[in-house]
Amino acid sequence: MNRDLVLELPTDVRTIEHAVEYVIGRCPCCAEEARRLDLNFRVGLTEALSNAMLYGNSRDPSKRVLVEIAFLDECIQARVTDQGDGFDPASVPDPTTPENLTKPCGRGLFLMRKLLDEVKYNAQGNQVTLVLKLDSGGMLEGGVQA
Amino acid sequence: MGFRVLQNGEVTLVEVEGQLIVGNRQELKQQVLDRLERGDRKFVIDFANTGYIDSSGLGVLVSLSKKIREQGGELRLSSLNEDLRTLFELTKLDTLFRIADTKEKALEGF
Repeated sequence: MNRDLVLELPTDVRTIEHAVEYVIGRCPCCAEEARRLDLNFRVGLTEALSNAMLYGNSRDPSKRVLVEIAFLDECIQARVTDQGDGFDPASVPDPTTPENLTKPCGRGLFLMRKLLDEVKYNAQGNQVTLVLKLDSGGMLEGGVQA
Repeated sequence: MGFRVLQNGEVTLVEVEGQLIVGNRQELKQQVLDRLERGDRKFVIDFANTGYIDSSGLGVLVSLSKKIREQGGELRLSSLNEDLRTLFELTKLDTLFRIADTKEKALEGF
């Protein structure tokens, strides 16, 4: 994976907001992609970081979360790796079914899958790669269309 | 980020300032539960100044709604912007909550 940005975060949920803002602020996207960046990518990355810290690293402050970002012509990629034992993403139930709707948990992964174009876990389940495709044909500074 | 709690007759109005996320959702939960414990039964949580709610924030709203209903009360939400509405619709939580465009409309008919 190309890496334009690499961040190593402590397992502290208070760092998530600032980290996500930092990444979004450095994305050389055109204005047409702004809403998808601000909603879809923001939500997806925030949820991935939150899951990594709360569940992957089990809130252990001695563990870290690695964030790798690639700004490509056709997409933005974000890879989030925690230091936990991993999990089976297929085991997370659908939170929108009637029996799960009133449960307080389980919406993070669901939102990632709904809002991002690709959500891929490694075999162990402690690393997720998120992809947001750019429909506008490319990223140019200043909102200039390719 | 913070929460402003106001009393509007019998209705407890909580205005969320900033994001409702994993880092502050417990504070919101405690504020509401404290008032539920002292007898308040009608709640409006207003998001006019909120740009983002994460899944933890959504979860705490679900949890609060359930606890308030169990006590014979009701929780309404108000002033969700377009992005927040999208999140509620995707997760089908728009079917769980009574959502008003403004806090004034939420307070009406309580």
